[in-house]
Amino acid sequence: MHELSLAQNILETVRQNVTADELSKVREVVVEIGAFSGVVAESLKFSFEAITSGTELNEAVMTIVDIPFCLKCNDCGSETSTEIPMMLCSICGGINTQILSGDELRVKELKLAEE
Amino acid sequence: MEIIKIERKVLAKNDAIASEIRGKFEENGVFAINMVSSPGSGKTSLVEKIIEYFNGRVNISVIEGDVQTDLDAQRVSAYNVPVVQIITNGGCHLEANLVNDSLKNLDLVQTDLLIIENVGNLVCPAGYDLGEDMKVVVISVTEGDDKPLKYPKMFINSKVLVINKIDLLPYVNCNIEQLKQNALKINPALQVFEISCTSGEGVGKFCDFLESSI
Ligand SMILES: Nc1nc2c(ncn2[C@@H]2O[C@H](COP(=O)(O)OP(=O)(O)OP(=O)(O)O)[C@@H](O)[C@H]2O)c(=O)[nH]1
Ligand SMILES: [Mg+2]
Ligand SMILES: [Zn+2]
Repeated sequence: MHELSLAQNILETVRQNVTADELSKVREVVVEIGAFSGVVAESLKFSFEAITSGTELNEAVMTIVDIPFCLKCNDCGSETSTEIPMMLCSICGGINTQILSGDELRVKELKLAEE
Repeated sequence: MEIIKIERKVLAKNDAIASEIRGKFEENGVFAINMVSSPGSGKTSLVEKIIEYFNGRVNISVIEGDVQTDLDAQRVSAYNVPVVQIITNGGCHLEANLVNDSLKNLDLVQTDLLIIENVGNLVCPAGYDLGEDMKVVVISVTEGDDKPLKYPKMFINSKVLVINKIDLLPYVNCNIEQLKQNALKINPALQVFEISCTSGEGVGKFCDFLESSI
């Protein structure tokens, strides 16, 4: 994967959402990663650390929230989670399904130190 | 600690540019496919076959994405269709801004079918919308029948699965029924085509499907 470029996107989002003064107060960047987003969490964290160390964001760490794969079947109504994300319902074999979660790659929130 | 809610997709910028591209395609009546596969599954071979099959009846333009070299664009330009090469210089996938820039070098008004050949990679291109109407994932029988299970996101995000190199079935350890079953477990809505770019088998059926989608 291309975690470094993703980390750069995240950095840009952080900068857009805080003032210049607040930047050095950012302590946590919370990122949601879905089970089949294809992103390697450790590598994303590493990349983020690499591009922020020695900057105003030196103290900011990335926290990952893992989001499981979840499928809803519109035929039998079940909500299931399989290890491999399958859109075929594992309960009734129905194909009329929708993915509820698992594809996320999202900056959820920032946590800032208060004075 | 003070909490600032963000709730922003990391790829929001890419998605925004992809929507812009989609608008351009709609405006100009362009049907666009984003062709993805592992390296060497036969994407460029299939592009060549599609051009041969339509033989000028459908106006085709091609965008070639590669990490290095314009070899694929050279192959395609031999067929006298407009082709633009994007070299990603190490990038493992095409992004919408690269495609958007390359559109300046194509005449969308004169294009019915735009084929975007992505960088050979079954992982990264899955997450990047390029404004296409559909992703077509190509897999060759030499890669084995377990690939859909190993790279599910690509199969979830594709509308069409093309199984290529079926001429090699007698020589390789690939159960094509198992391959299809695995793919349809991941995404039951996949349209599946079995083809050989070498013998030409099945190419017509796939092209007819493309034409009916345009
Ligand atoms: N036997 C056989 N060989 C094929 C077939 N289709 C393609 N090939 C061969 O497979 C090799 C790779 O084909 P390409 O079309 O270059 O594959 P590609 O997916 O464009 O490769 P990249 O762009 O590098 O990812 C070439 O040597 C082709 O001649 C087929 O149906 N049968
Ligand atoms: Mg190629
Ligand atoms: Zn069901």
